[in-house]
Amino acid sequence: MEQIHAPQRQAVAQMRHLFNRAAFGATPAELDAAARMPLRRVVRKLIDDSQKVEPLEVVAREEYDSKKQLKGLLRNGMLDRDALRTRIRENAELVRDLNVQWLDRMVADKGALREKMALFWHGHFAVRAQGRNALVMQDYANVIRQHALGSFGDLLMAVSKTPAMLQFLNNQQNRKNAPNENFARELMELFTLGRGSSAGVNYTEHDIKEAARAFTGWQFTLEGQFVFRERVHDDGPKTIFGKTGAFKGEDVIGMLLERRETARFVVDKLYRYFVNETPDPARVTDLAEQFYRSGYQIANLMETIFSASWFYDKANLGAQIKSPVELLAGMRHTLGVTFDAPQPQVFVQRTLGQILFYPPNVAGWPGGRNWIDSSSLLFRMKLPDYVLRAAEVNVRSKDEADVNATLLARKGANQFATKVDWAGFEKPFARVAEADLPDALATYLLPLPLRPEQRDLLLKQLKPGQDTSEKLKTLTAAIMALPEYQLS
Amino acid sequence: MPTRRDFLQKSALTTAGSLLIPNFLKAYELDRMGLPPTGQKIVVVVQLSGGNDGLNTVVPYRNDIYYRERPTIAIRPEKVLTLTDELGLNPALEAIRPLYDDGQMTIINNVGYPNPDRSHFRSMDIWHTASDSNQYVNTGWVGRYLDAQCKGAPSARAGVPYRALEVDDTLSLSMKGDAVNGLAVLDPKKLYNQTRSGLVKGLSAATPASTPEHDQVAYLYKTLAETVSSAEHVYDKAKTVSTPKLYPASELGSRLKTVSELIQSGLETSVYYVSIGSFDTHINQPGQQERLLRQYAEAVRAFMDDMKRAGRTQDVLLMTFSEFGRRVKQNASNGTDHGTASNVLLFGGNGAGPATGSRVINAAPNLTDLDEGDLKYTVDFRSIYATLLRDWLKADDEAILGRRFDRLPIV
Repeated sequence: MEQIHAPQRQAVAQMRHLFNRAAFGATPAELDAAARMPLRRVVRKLIDDSQKVEPLEVVAREEYDSKKQLKGLLRNGMLDRDALRTRIRENAELVRDLNVQWLDRMVADKGALREKMALFWHGHFAVRAQGRNALVMQDYANVIRQHALGSFGDLLMAVSKTPAMLQFLNNQQNRKNAPNENFARELMELFTLGRGSSAGVNYTEHDIKEAARAFTGWQFTLEGQFVFRERVHDDGPKTIFGKTGAFKGEDVIGMLLERRETARFVVDKLYRYFVNETPDPARVTDLAEQFYRSGYQIANLMETIFSASWFYDKANLGAQIKSPVELLAGMRHTLGVTFDAPQPQVFVQRTLGQILFYPPNVAGWPGGRNWIDSSSLLFRMKLPDYVLRAAEVNVRSKDEADVNATLLARKGANQFATKVDWAGFEKPFARVAEADLPDALATYLLPLPLRPEQRDLLLKQLKPGQDTSEKLKTLTAAIMALPEYQLS
Repeated sequence: MPTRRDFLQKSALTTAGSLLIPNFLKAYELDRMGLPPTGQKIVVVVQLSGGNDGLNTVVPYRNDIYYRERPTIAIRPEKVLTLTDELGLNPALEAIRPLYDDGQMTIINNVGYPNPDRSHFRSMDIWHTASDSNQYVNTGWVGRYLDAQCKGAPSARAGVPYRALEVDDTLSLSMKGDAVNGLAVLDPKKLYNQTRSGLVKGLSAATPASTPEHDQVAYLYKTLAETVSSAEHVYDKAKTVSTPKLYPASELGSRLKTVSELIQSGLETSVYYVSIGSFDTHINQPGQQERLLRQYAEAVRAFMDDMKRAGRTQDVLLMTFSEFGRRVKQNASNGTDHGTASNVLLFGGNGAGPATGSRVINAAPNLTDLDEGDLKYTVDFRSIYATLLRDWLKADDEAILGRRFDRLPIV
């Protein structure tokens, strides 16, 4: 990078916006390269780079004993209590490893769009790890990752059949003559139709009751496989949305996809997440129509959004507050940070309120300004010191309610040992004059230009005798500590 | 002689931290500094995380079903600290027994909510947000109390974060409002130093002049402004007081000591929030629960004695809850699994509870009428919140809780 000229700076700013929203940020070198390409090609490349999907794997199915099986073993006297505890603990560690393995994929050079979409779907089809059952969470993660850019219909069907979902929303207890409505209700309210507006509700209590009957028999085996159990399925006629038939679960999902309200609801949520928390109704209507007609093709929809000129409107720049996972993954990717141990990465998630596989409830993370309070803002502003300079952490996250999880959370949580790829990060700045460094860095790292007083404050962070490389590090850490860096 | 207000205004303008704050927020900040001392009632919430076993806390020591269902973990009648014909305390709670005898402790049995959720996190969520069990709410009941204070007062003077203070490093959902969040402070000095250290301190010479027109930027700087001025104010207050009272060396002991010192400093805080964990006693419950209950009782006793010494008993009401109780029947590992309704303990206030007789305000748990092995609730926990909000803090309980709940004769 030579002197940064205005057109180039604008192009970089545009790419910074795109990569913050469609991925987990980008390195200065990546932004420079993208800024030289036509926008459409950059967006296409993001999609192409996400074509392949490699499953997460921390546990092999055949090696896995579910908690239930373990308890069975205990009853048969084959396993003593200490051994049981150890195994439950190992499971908790596996969920943690799964968490960090997924985070690594978000940070990786390729496939970030897929992982970003999967993170969105994790919040949409929110399932919380229970009993620290690692295999079911691994399967769940791989289902939402596999279908993240495919068809929403396939994703909905597949995720609805994961043991993680069936367990979380009590469908295992949904039986003929003893229906449990939990899954049917959230399926309509949170996953597809939404409650509706003042203009009218999208479904009735009767629709939920009848749909719950259709999902009876959707269960999973002890080995963590979906199974349709005919004997607990209610095969009588049901009336849903005014149609009557001996519907099964698959039929209900088909009926939900036929309704335009589903496209509208999902697109509205995507818009709020990827573009702006205040949606533009006309735009959402157009996008929803496209989504519906395309048969719910997610990749096409996202390509349209990221290629649209309105996506780069001033009102959308820096309009989102990064979630804790976005913040952490973004910092890691931008600076090529690797952690020596998984624990501090879970600690950051826990302290800031977003742990992968532990959304607060089925409605997912509320997001936006809910991420920010006094303590979380101070911690975010201190994070670059922890990650880049191994500063001592004197903050403790809360106890988990659950004993096993607490022990796991505490151990080694605040010992940040990281490696940072400063050489790679610095390269594009080699020919930037020192006085221009704050603004040059800000172009790559912040959604807004530096205010004059901020520039002065940043320069004051420099210590006499620092060489250019040290100066760049100091300035980078300082810029990442600014409140503006919390924005995407 | 400069007044305290002058001092605060001056110091607020000259500290390192506040100089990060754009000028347009300075007015806002100053507006908040001249708060009158509340002279109000104070609620201290002590949360027992993990699901404390209520039946082994307040023990139905004459109930055959209790002993039948818990052959190895029931508290033997001769060990129970007898309170009434039916109920007594776990002997580990010895330290709070005198508070009961003194009319300073009230017990509410069978507290819960309809369609109980047996997941820790979800049930705690419900207690924090005061929602129904099928509702998902992003603000907490204390946070909405802050919001209401904010709306009720002219020029939003009452809406400072430290009106609700959690003694911890991170903030619970219960403390988050729509317009205002509470403040998490484990150690006032540490928080104060955080707002003056590193970048913040280095930035001290600059004077931001321009007004960020960007919504989110303005929001973040507003939060920072509140944090910096709150941290300074709390620290200024806190350093003036050090209680002579000895507290137990436990985590809860040290947190309640902090609460006591802040109360005695005259800090304008209406709600303090403290939690301790590890009550999830699936395995070998007795030793673990006794250890925790002993810590709890000794810390609460020290706190209440301290309030008495400071002449503040009449102003302070301490409430203890857990996200759920535990199953009536013990499990195969000398422990108990997740349950539903449980008891809530109250301390202090105006000598809480009925004027005469028992300080147990309602019937003991009915072990013959269970819901899948769990206690049925008879008191909605939001009735307790409503009572604390309306009758103690003089706030609009219906606005904060979203609807009316019957209040209880407890304050």
